Amino acid sequence: MTGYTFTGSQKMRLSELPRPSPERLLKQVQAEESKRWGAKLKIFLGYAPGVGKSYRMLDEARRRHERGEDVVVGVVQGQQSEEVQALLRRLEIIPPFQTPEGEAIDLNAILGRAPQVCVIDPLAARNPSGSRHAYRWQDVQELLRNGISVLSSVNLLHVEEYKNKVQAITGKDTTQTIPKSFLLAADDIVIVDVPPDLCLWRQGEKLTSTGISNSQERQLSELRELALLLTAEVVDAQLESYVHAHGIEPVFGAHERFLLCLTPHSNAPAMIESGERNKERFQGELYTVYVCEPGRSKRDRVMIRKYFDAAQKAGAATEILESDDPISAIVEYAREKRITQIFIGHSTHNTWRDRVFGDPVLRLIREAEGIDVRVFPH
Amino acid sequence: MSADSSRGSLKVYLGYAAGVGKTFQMLADGQAAVQQRGNVVLAYFEPHSRPDTMAQAQALEAVPHRKVEYRGKIFEEMDTEAVLRRRPTIALVDELAHTNIPGSIRSKRWEDVQVLLDAGIEVWTTMNVQHIESLNDQVRQITGIQVRETVPDGIVRRAAEIVAVDVTPDALLNRLKRGAIYKPEMVEKALTGFFKGSNLGALRELTLRQAAHEVDLRQSAYDEMRGFRLPRVSEARASGTTHNQPKERILIHITPDPSTAMLIRRGRRVADYLHADCTALFVHQTPEFAQLPAEERQAVEKHLRFARSLQIATRIVGGSNGIAKAVVEFARRNQVTQIFVAHSVVGLLARLRGRNFTEDIVRLAQDLQVTVVADRSRGPGS
Repeated sequence: MTGYTFTGSQKMRLSELPRPSPERLLKQVQAEESKRWGAKLKIFLGYAPGVGKSYRMLDEARRRHERGEDVVVGVVQGQQSEEVQALLRRLEIIPPFQTPEGEAIDLNAILGRAPQVCVIDPLAARNPSGSRHAYRWQDVQELLRNGISVLSSVNLLHVEEYKNKVQAITGKDTTQTIPKSFLLAADDIVIVDVPPDLCLWRQGEKLTSTGISNSQERQLSELRELALLLTAEVVDAQLESYVHAHGIEPVFGAHERFLLCLTPHSNAPAMIESGERNKERFQGELYTVYVCEPGRSKRDRVMIRKYFDAAQKAGAATEILESDDPISAIVEYAREKRITQIFIGHSTHNTWRDRVFGDPVLRLIREAEGIDVRVFPH
Repeated sequence: MSADSSRGSLKVYLGYAAGVGKTFQMLADGQAAVQQRGNVVLAYFEPHSRPDTMAQAQALEAVPHRKVEYRGKIFEEMDTEAVLRRRPTIALVDELAHTNIPGSIRSKRWEDVQVLLDAGIEVWTTMNVQHIESLNDQVRQITGIQVRETVPDGIVRRAAEIVAVDVTPDALLNRLKRGAIYKPEMVEKALTGFFKGSNLGALRELTLRQAAHEVDLRQSAYDEMRGFRLPRVSEARASGTTHNQPKERILIHITPDPSTAMLIRRGRRVADYLHADCTALFVHQTPEFAQLPAEERQAVEKHLRFARSLQIATRIVGGSNGIAKAVVEFARRNQVTQIFVAHSVVGLLARLRGRNFTEDIVRLAQDLQVTVVADRSRGPGS
């Protein structure tokens, strides 16, 4: 399951790529993919120090080594527990350079040694000046380009897009980050999840084992939720590429996606507000469509533009569909986007004809198989 | 999350499939706990486990299993009474969703676990996401497979901790192909069934989101208890507006139809995420509920019991002027914000006669939100 094949619907996420140029990085990433000879990047994500990322990663390195893969260690974190040291004793280490500015992996030595797998821990580090690359994640890209698989680990704090959130919660800051796009582009990501009390215990605190029992655990729990959701997002992106690559039916269910169907006559503000709340509570995604039927007035278009502005502020993707059959257009769009819930306003039409044959809301309910339909009052 | 301090706390290792390493993780943590807190026992452990897991298990004190004969074969079950006599601080119990062999004192392992918790023993256990009752339909929608053994949400909800045990689908498939999960003759079946293609990715995502949601719920519980204020992930943007929002109230309409179970599960899930109140309503057209045909009455009672088991309040009212009308009136009287109904599939003739209940509700409740819940019982591509 490769994460490098960006598909149409993933383009949205590219807006979250780091400065300066998202397109350039994407091209670079795709170009690298073709030259990698099957080398894979696997990242172990943790929400805080002490969750056991390094242990999980090195334990995998040990198991691969024991199964006959050629594994070396390029660099590991400074402080190590006894368990981690025990694992390291069983692995070949290519010592990193020590400089006053910090450590840097010995890229030439690793490339010369040409192992199948190299352990690089942690992933987020700035290289000392004079190094070939400014950042360690660029070293990792070079290893991958040369057919060397990489096992690496990163802490949520060191993901650029999460740095401020983590800082707001814990007060900790860092200058060493990797872009989130790097995680989204990794072949594999694994979250190392432990309860906060265990994480604190590894840092020398007392075990409580009764859920969240103090404010420190409460903070960690917030980070933990963020890390779980970030991993879910990466998994979702991988799933989407897999589904596209294999041409199979989209998979519903794991992630809530809400579609607001707005018309100039719907109670759009209430629908948008509810959509936003649902999106946040479910940590889901929000989409808005307007189906443009021939013969709509200018006043209608002005209303829709206003509603779309509000929807975008609420974090929704907006799209105008053109069709003389609005319900079919909505259902088709909903399937493509793997929508789980469609929001629509009650019909204002009330003729006997509509009631029996064509009340659009009732038609939508009939046709939106497998998708919930939520009908809103005016 | 119970405030009752005499009750043992529960920790659940949650995975997305067999072989992700739940048991292994639990045993490894258990060994660490022996050093820290002592008095840890292995109360139940699958005897046919994988070699590396077996090695972990041997390092722990095990309470011998109870051997039960059933139809000429010997089965092993947890000996709950023996665990109670042993009185450990922590008991590790594999496979929470397991159904006991007929003739056991309790029919489900989660019931045995309740007994241990009530006795003040801390329990650590393992389960997969598909065993959570309220996710049953979603799992079926993803995999096309109906999971029979489920654990009520309330049991999981009362756990002090949920730990997500994660592994990549690639690694899991490698384990499967190496024969580390099932016996060789089972592997092919697994690869075309539960372990097929995108299933694993979708179940994995569901597990991660469920774990995040469980973490979020425990944060609210803590915050309410301590008056702790921290911007929550799930309220990150709307913190200004969210608190002024009137509380949502969800009304689930109960019928004798089997689709009601799905409706209840979906209503419960949405209510959980929206922090909404949730009530289930049955409307009878007979003068008295008791006058319903026995079969219908039993089906309704089953659904009402199911709703209550998910902590949903239940009500029964009479509605001689039509069910849809009674539901909508009840909703208005009780400040319901959202009515949940199942999508009733009927033919054209019934539609011409205006006999589609779902559509009646939508027409009558112009002033309310009506959520028509989709039939998720059909798997992908069917």
